[in-house]
Amino acid sequence: MSATTQHIKAKPLWNKQKLMPWLFLMPGILFFAIYVIFPIFQSFNISFYKWSGLGEPKYIGLKNYVKLFGDRAFEISLWNNLKWLVLYLLAIPTGLAIALFLNQTVTGIRLYKSLFFFPFVISQVVVGLVFTWFYDPTFGLLNTILTFLGFAPLNVLGDPTLVTYGIILAGLWPQTAYCMILYLTGLNTVDPDQVEAARLDGAKGLRMLWYIILPQLRPATFIAFVVTVIGALRSFDLVSIMTNGGPFGSSRVLSFYMFEKALSEYGFRMGYGAAIAVVLFAIMMVFIVYFLRAMYKQESEPR
Amino acid sequence: MLFNVKKTVVAATTSTLLATGAFAGSHALSGDLVIFSDMSNPAPRAVMEGMIDRFGAMHPNLNIDLTVIDRENMKTQILNFTSANAPDLTNWYAANRMIPFVDAGLFEDVSDLWAEDEFVNNLASTKGALTLDGKQWGIPYTYYQWGVYYREDIFKELGLTEPTTWAEEKANCGKIVASGRACYTIGTKYLWTAGGWFDYVNLRTNGYDFHVQLANGEIAWTDPRVRQTFANWRELIDMGAFVENHQTYSWQESLPFIVNGDAAAILIGNFAVAPLREAGLSDDKLDFYQFVSINPDVAMAEDAPTDTFHIPSLAKNKENAKEFMRFVVSAENQTLINAGNALGQLPINAQSAVDDDEFLNQGFAMLSTNSPGGVAQFFDRDFPAEMAGIGMEGLQEFMVFPDNLEDILNRLETARADIY
Amino acid sequence: MFPKPIHRSAAHWQVFYQGMLPLVMILWLLPLIAVAIFSIKPAVDFTNGNYWGWPSSFEAVENYGKVFFASDMPQYLLNSIYITIPTVIGAVALSCMTGFALGVYKFKGNLLIFFFFVAGNFVPFQILMVPVRTLTLDMGLYNTKTGLVLFHIAFQTGFCTLFMRNFIRALPFELVEAARVEGVAEWRIFWFVVLPLVRPAIAALSVLVFTFIWNDYFWAIVLTQGVENTPVTSGITSFNGQYRAAYHLMSAGSIVAALPPVMMFFAMQKHFIAGLTLGSVK
Repeated sequence: MSATTQHIKAKPLWNKQKLMPWLFLMPGILFFAIYVIFPIFQSFNISFYKWSGLGEPKYIGLKNYVKLFGDRAFEISLWNNLKWLVLYLLAIPTGLAIALFLNQTVTGIRLYKSLFFFPFVISQVVVGLVFTWFYDPTFGLLNTILTFLGFAPLNVLGDPTLVTYGIILAGLWPQTAYCMILYLTGLNTVDPDQVEAARLDGAKGLRMLWYIILPQLRPATFIAFVVTVIGALRSFDLVSIMTNGGPFGSSRVLSFYMFEKALSEYGFRMGYGAAIAVVLFAIMMVFIVYFLRAMYKQESEPR
Repeated sequence: MLFNVKKTVVAATTSTLLATGAFAGSHALSGDLVIFSDMSNPAPRAVMEGMIDRFGAMHPNLNIDLTVIDRENMKTQILNFTSANAPDLTNWYAANRMIPFVDAGLFEDVSDLWAEDEFVNNLASTKGALTLDGKQWGIPYTYYQWGVYYREDIFKELGLTEPTTWAEEKANCGKIVASGRACYTIGTKYLWTAGGWFDYVNLRTNGYDFHVQLANGEIAWTDPRVRQTFANWRELIDMGAFVENHQTYSWQESLPFIVNGDAAAILIGNFAVAPLREAGLSDDKLDFYQFVSINPDVAMAEDAPTDTFHIPSLAKNKENAKEFMRFVVSAENQTLINAGNALGQLPINAQSAVDDDEFLNQGFAMLSTNSPGGVAQFFDRDFPAEMAGIGMEGLQEFMVFPDNLEDILNRLETARADIY
Repeated sequence: MFPKPIHRSAAHWQVFYQGMLPLVMILWLLPLIAVAIFSIKPAVDFTNGNYWGWPSSFEAVENYGKVFFASDMPQYLLNSIYITIPTVIGAVALSCMTGFALGVYKFKGNLLIFFFFVAGNFVPFQILMVPVRTLTLDMGLYNTKTGLVLFHIAFQTGFCTLFMRNFIRALPFELVEAARVEGVAEWRIFWFVVLPLVRPAIAALSVLVFTFIWNDYFWAIVLTQGVENTPVTSGITSFNGQYRAAYHLMSAGSIVAALPPVMMFFAMQKHFIAGLTLGSVK
């Protein structure tokens, strides 16, 4: 056991020191282990059974996973998740653009910043509802604008080719707000001297952005990236509220498909749902590990 | 001999006394009664609350606790509360929708209730829907007809009459489309309305027995007779009979189309009459006809879903619950709750009076005399849950992209192999 | 400062910018503005197809009145409060302790435990769904606010620990050292030395957790049902189910459901923003 460094201690304190952190940690670890850590393993376990949630579970080994390979709905969900992953990243440059736009000190800018930010504060349920009405084919604002401009009306949420993009757009709204805030704060920490020096050298506009500003925004970009990826894979609320996975399953994502299979009225397949969750978890793990490794590098640097 | 007769007479008298005593509610209950209901739409909700009030008046010492759960949410919640903290009574659906609960032992066997006189004499028509493995697992409290509700005034305007054959139906539809309207409004966002169409086209094309066999997984989806059903259905779809973008609308959201005349008819259950009337369609604008015959050799069969009450096996106050069940099916209560200004549906008690309402009268006549083929429970109740889910998605897809039929049928067939 | 401060540009750019700001903002908030407009229109406007025209009458009081007094919305709001506030208290309390332990003490496994908390925070809910539901059922806490609160406290501990630990690590360690040299007991150091210093972090964290929990939908529908216990996020779907196609009411209901975190945000903006970025950017 390593004793605490940094300063000398009297002997009795040394023993207490060993115990102390664990005492403080215990409640937190307990809660977390029971509700988060163990359930992960339990889900892994359940995925090897066939269980309706009502009767007795039946062990079937890897059969659930085998079924996943031939499952059309699973394939569609995977594809949609991919679309989400890629397109959701648009929140980052868009957030940066808005942050740059707002990074002035005119009167009332604080109010504007708040107003721009507040889509993030609203529940995704309300965001979903708001956009459902925006897209409504009969009275939605989107179609009103399109017909006003002379285009043909669209039924975004009813068209299997457009629906996922429509939902992603709805999700981008709060997510962009989040990235915007990250960048606004990051812009405040940009070294003004460097900027002035570069300006004197004649750099401006995009060159300034690329060579001077962006490198200093790297921590913000990193966080924005991680949070956006996690958000993209978590997109349950919007899909559930806006389309329920439809039309005919074309907007399904893994997080929603899992819920459907386990808990919806046509589901009752908890084991199968758990298998889907395990796949989703595996995908997330890639990013979690990436994030942890980056954190570890940061941590290893001297304080 | 005399001794035995006397014993029998005494026994008979006692049981009659007990039976009538139960129905008169003379022995008041006490304790609790917890009910979870999914009657969340405004009119049914008022009915449920009314029943609680009247039952409560009969049993002043009984503490009745009613929780109304949103109808769609109930389908998830019921999984949870039947396994833990169960209420004494819950709503659900009949036929194959009961299977998961019966198999897991979560519904109480109420066959003893069905053996009582009232049930034997007056509820015979719905017994089948509540039976699995030869036992009964719940009670019905209402059932309702499905059929075509149409705009009488639009039909008059175009010179149309109620069709009885497929050819007449298509001719009518052609004229309606030519006048710039859709023949049928429909909202398939929640999928089951498409199931209604499939039920009817299939029942008319192939008959009740075939339909039941298909529901039980005994017939392949790629069977030519199934294809014939889809082919018939396609004739209407190709004509432009259905409103556009129906996959975006729930059934409630599809009603405005028939209300403002953009569609001439809707195939739906009688529960739509109340909102239609409220939206302004008076009885001289709205009328009803039985879905046309397609194949003249096939006996007409109807969808007449039954809504039900069940007792979870983990319930704490089963006797109180059973008493409530007796109350629900009693002739007087049935007349009251199914009246035109309440549920507006059909009573399940043969002794009850059908309210004098244009649609209820037509529905009652249709179901009593004009559906020799049989009475089905509806797609998402006759088919086991998982098959129903996958099936209805396919039906919705077919309505929007009829060319995907081959793909859809193969998918359904794969599901069938997996599920049954 | 980047981009070039607008004061340094020509006057017409300044005017242009000041003019663009409100325009861009209206565009950005357009969907919400639309919903707000819907919520003050009378029902007749919708049946007549007058969606985007000037409201034929202003029914704000009536619509919102119906939402507050003639529906279950007040109960849903109350449920949300009963669920959110205890969670905030619980999660913040637990994470102060864990953040203290991980931030102040050096011991083997410190980093590993920290990474567990961080990783657990990013885990998809679905992997937890079935076991947590079973656990809650077994504990008899299904469909109770307590059951939901317990889960949320546990899950939020991940994020909150990350946050508090980073914040505490950034504190001047000399204060703790000094207290130790004077022989102050560890828990007193925690309570009297460290906690007062982390007050801004606690404020930021509380606001953030409040928002996350208030807006949670998934666990609300998995672990609760019925009017007595379900929070406003899933309540709004029942509300909409009941008033389906009554767009004026559904809009008013949605705005009411969204309001509390928004009000909290405007009141505690500084903390909110500090919270979102503090935990991430060193």
